[in-house]
Amino acid sequence: MHARADTAASWPEEIFSILQRFEVRQVPYVPDAGHSELIERVLGSSSMRGIALTTEEEGVALLAGAWAGGQRGVLLMQSSGVGNCINMLSLVQIFRLPFLTLVTMRGEWGEFNPWQVPMGSNTQGILELSGIKVLRASRPDEVREVVEAGAAQAYNACTPTAVLLSQRLIGAKVFTK
Amino acid sequence: MSKANLLDRRAVVSELLRDRKGAFAVGGLGASTYDIAAAGDHDRNFYLWGGMGGAVMIGLGLALAQPKLPVVVITGDGEMLMGMGSLATVALQQPKNLSIIVLDNEAYGETGGQASHTGGTTDLVGVAKACGIGDSRSISTMAEVEAFALSLQDVMSGPRFASAKIDGANLERVLSSRDGTYIVNRIRGSIGHTPI
Repeated sequence: MHARADTAASWPEEIFSILQRFEVRQVPYVPDAGHSELIERVLGSSSMRGIALTTEEEGVALLAGAWAGGQRGVLLMQSSGVGNCINMLSLVQIFRLPFLTLVTMRGEWGEFNPWQVPMGSNTQGILELSGIKVLRASRPDEVREVVEAGAAQAYNACTPTAVLLSQRLIGAKVFTK
Repeated sequence: MSKANLLDRRAVVSELLRDRKGAFAVGGLGASTYDIAAAGDHDRNFYLWGGMGGAVMIGLGLALAQPKLPVVVITGDGEMLMGMGSLATVALQQPKNLSIIVLDNEAYGETGGQASHTGGTTDLVGVAKACGIGDSRSISTMAEVEAFALSLQDVMSGPRFASAKIDGANLERVLSSRDGTYIVNRIRGSIGHTPI
C-alpha cells in the first residue's frame, strides 16, 4: 500500500469534514450500508443531528422546515430512495431550497440483485427531471472535491444538487448463503 | 353534510392561533391552509399547496431548528394518512416544542369529499400513541381545543398530537399566498435571517 493511503482520511470522513465546514445541522437518512460510516460519524457528532426516517421523502420535507428555521441539512439515501422522493422534490423548486443529497448507487457496476437495476438506472434522470443538478464520484480520491463542489453550489448558490456515490466506489454488495 | 355535535374547523383553528405569540403554524395542503389563512395572515404561517404528506416533517425540521419557539402543524386526515410514517420519525426525535393537530372530517374535501380511512377503521390517535407520541388525544369540545392551544405554547413538554373531529361542511376558501419562496423567506426573515 502506498504510504499516503495509511494517513489519508477515508472518504466518508472527508464528507463529514465538508459537512462540518458548511455548518450542516440536520442530517436525515434512511439506513444504508454505503453511508454507514458517515451516519455513525453524524450520530456521534455534537453539532449535527442524525434523523432516521421511515421513507426518504420525509427528509425532503424535513429540510424545507430546517431551512425555514435557519438551518442547513443534507439528505443521505440510496438510489432506490430517490424514487420515493419524487413528488416531495417539488418543495425544492417551490421554496428554492439550498438542497443537497448524497446518494449511494445500487443497480450498476457488478450488481448481483436485478431488483436494484431499474431504479438505479433511472436515478440520475429522475433527479435531473426534478430540477436537481447531478454530480458523481466514482473513485475515493475524487470524493472530496466533488462533494465540496456540490455543497458549495447547493448552499452558496441555492442550486439543488445531488452527488451520486458510485457503486464502483462503495463496492458491489456481496450476497452469500 | 354537517352534524351538530362536531366542531367547526374555522373556530378550532382560530382558537389555536388566537394568542399564538411567536408560534409557527404549518398547514397541510387543502382546507387546513385555508383555515390558517382565515385566522389571519402572519409572517410565521407556513402555507402548503402541495407536498402532500409532508406537513408534519416540515414542522419537525422547523421545530428542531428553533427549539425555543412553539411549532404547530395543523393538517387534515387525508394529508396525515399520506405521511403516517412521519409520526414514528417525530416520536424518535421527541421535539419538545412540536404539536400536531389533525382536523378530521373523515373525507378528502379538496377532491369532492370521498371517504377517508379515518371514517372507517383507522384511529389516528391510536397510531400516534403506538408510534411513541405519549401525549396523544382526541378532541371533541372547544374547551379541549382551548387547553390544547395553551399547551402548545409549552416548548418543554412536547411532542403532542391531537385529532379533532370536525364537521364536513365545505367552507369558502380563504386563499393564502401560494408563492413558496415568499412564504419561506418571510418566515426566515421573522427570525432574523437575511436573503442569501
